[in-house]
Amino acid sequence: MDLGLNEAQQMLKTSAQDFLSAECPDTYVREMEEDERGYTPELWTKIAEQGWLGLIIPEQYGGVELEFQDLVVLLEEMGRYMLPGPFFSTVVLGGMSIMDAGNEEQKQEYLPRIAEGQIIMTLALTEPSARWDAPGVELTATANGDSYTLNGTKLFVQNAHVSDYMVVVARTGSSEKDISLFVVPTQSDGINQTLLKTIASDRQSEVVFSDVQVPSSALLGVENKGWETIQKVMQWGAIGKCAEMSGGGQQVLDMTVDYAKQRTQFGRPIGSFQAIQHHCANMATDVEGSKFITYQAAWRLSEGLPADREVAMAKAWVSDAYRRVCALGHQSHGAIGFTKEHNMQLYSRRAKASEIMFGDTDFHLENVANIIGL
Amino acid sequence: MDFKFEGIDEDFRSEIKDFVEKELPWNWREQDLDPEDEKDSVLVRNFKRKLGDQGWLTMAWPKEYGGQAASHMRQVVFNEEMAYRGISAGDAGIRMVGPILMLYGTDEQKEQFLPKIASAEINWSQGYSEPDSGSDLASLQTRAVEDGDDFVVSGSKIWNSAHADSDWMFMLVRTEPDAPKHRGISFVLTELEGQEGVTIEKIPMMWDAYRGLVTFDNVRVPKKNLVGEQNRGWYVGAALLDFERSGVDRPARAKRVLEDLVEFCKENKKNGRLLADDPVIRNQLAELAVQVETTRLMCYNVAWMQSQDLIPNKEASITKVYGTETVNRLYGLGVKIMGLYGQLDPDSKWAPLKGRIENAWLRSFGGMVAAGTSEIQRNVIAQRGLELPRG
Repeated sequence: MDLGLNEAQQMLKTSAQDFLSAECPDTYVREMEEDERGYTPELWTKIAEQGWLGLIIPEQYGGVELEFQDLVVLLEEMGRYMLPGPFFSTVVLGGMSIMDAGNEEQKQEYLPRIAEGQIIMTLALTEPSARWDAPGVELTATANGDSYTLNGTKLFVQNAHVSDYMVVVARTGSSEKDISLFVVPTQSDGINQTLLKTIASDRQSEVVFSDVQVPSSALLGVENKGWETIQKVMQWGAIGKCAEMSGGGQQVLDMTVDYAKQRTQFGRPIGSFQAIQHHCANMATDVEGSKFITYQAAWRLSEGLPADREVAMAKAWVSDAYRRVCALGHQSHGAIGFTKEHNMQLYSRRAKASEIMFGDTDFHLENVANIIGL
Repeated sequence: MDFKFEGIDEDFRSEIKDFVEKELPWNWREQDLDPEDEKDSVLVRNFKRKLGDQGWLTMAWPKEYGGQAASHMRQVVFNEEMAYRGISAGDAGIRMVGPILMLYGTDEQKEQFLPKIASAEINWSQGYSEPDSGSDLASLQTRAVEDGDDFVVSGSKIWNSAHADSDWMFMLVRTEPDAPKHRGISFVLTELEGQEGVTIEKIPMMWDAYRGLVTFDNVRVPKKNLVGEQNRGWYVGAALLDFERSGVDRPARAKRVLEDLVEFCKENKKNGRLLADDPVIRNQLAELAVQVETTRLMCYNVAWMQSQDLIPNKEASITKVYGTETVNRLYGLGVKIMGLYGQLDPDSKWAPLKGRIENAWLRSFGGMVAAGTSEIQRNVIAQRGLELPRG
């Protein structure tokens, strides 16, 4: 048993901190909030050079072949430094879908290019119904000969505006889980997208499919079996978000403790007041809990063990914990914390976005209720 | 990362389970015992002797003191399995007095006490808190005045189990009233049984139990019962000892309560609907299940740190605050789920689960106060863990 990071993970964490503190300072994060693309190709190339895009891709496809739990260590630091851009959607959503469901040809085609930073990917799953379950998938893919025609609307698609390919989740039959996945070039005829303005200033789009033609070779995995992959991707996505939130929470705690030591009122540092100390202690408790409950699920996913219970518990817990940490961070910072100029607001906006991504607390608590026998 | 604790000592887990289910003289599924209360203490003590015969009570002690030098993780498995079945196996003797004597005791003290602690022959009572010294423990006023070969002790110790079949008390006493408050305290062992000048009163608690208030009126304690140096008792008592202090018993007990409540919800209706189908109850009970799981991971982390020779400081306080507050919320929710029935005392024929949840909820307030209140723990987290300045 080892509840902490192993030596290699500790090294990965340290090198991620070194890299991100140099390449992704808060000035970059702020610039990218306003930037049209939301990331710079220069930094994307450097990230590829770090080997991070291929971190969990098998060596035979040009990756480093580490495990999901290692990726979680990296995502924790990305959450801490608020790395903007399509890393998550390319690696966790697009890449892992292909790793799970792709045939040999598809893996050969996409994975090496992901690892090298040549293509950006995303997953087009949610629709205007904003549901995370199979009945929420209404976009249809109709087979005609050796091609499919896609019709429908996807909403909240991450980084669609800069993606080269989308893994599109489509309905191919009438029973609930008759769902299939297609790798679709974003520039295909009939695809129309509109950027949404979001709380975290990330890039999400409405993507409308009007008679979009894709060849049968675009089918990822087996027809009508796509939901099995999506369930796994939802778990990886949920735990990936937990990792980002856990790292963000650690940073908010550190910022708050530093501020409490410096800020003087009534002639003494506010950190000497029990009210502030107890806020910080509560934040430390939430950060500590977030780490372990995330790691536990990440480890189980890495090992290929059943993880429904652990994933649901982690996403339910961390979503709430990060929100609490940000709320106490704001309260301890006073008015300066909710100015645009201060970094607190960058974190609390992202906390809200992560809280609802891949199922909010109530969604996952309902899963837990089922699992504990209610 | 490696969270394979289900795999640790799997055989040992089943050995414990088999033993307890065969040997336990009460029905753990239906009865909660309070080892610090007189009505249960004899029963608990007798069972603990059986555990002592198995060598389990002191498995974590070094071999030279009759232990098995078992790993912290094995100890955690033992405590978890015991607590799940409602048994507090690790008492103050095993967790505190024993390890303190190993560090600071004389050879004579070790010889006199360690074997009897290991076999659960001595029931210990803790003599720290006083009526006027709670969170500010170092302000304690019980005096011990030197007189020949003895100390003469006068004062009061409160919130202990002295009334419940206790034989000895390990206590902090003031031996140097003029020194700064932490530096005038000594750690002594006092026999309670048949001791002249000792008066024990019972304080009724809001749950179905008592705690002890002991008054010492010129009680003679031999100087050979001083542990460690005179006036260094604060540091003897507060030493960061290497005993298992993960607190894993809390999530283990809570796990069982959760199971009971799930069953209750599957069998009982409210307004014509099964409780298990009520979305609010599903949400709230699931939330507590998540909190119990988080507590358990925090506990395992503390034990794991100890097994790596790291000293859990902030981590132990976090675990204590979060664990005790989670347990309190869980029982409170349990009472609420039972609706009007939730208010019934254990002896009512109508009381669901024999009133265990109601009684345990009342008792759970003790957890947030005993051994360092939640507020003191948060101070520790902030000041020692996060290095915030003292007020």
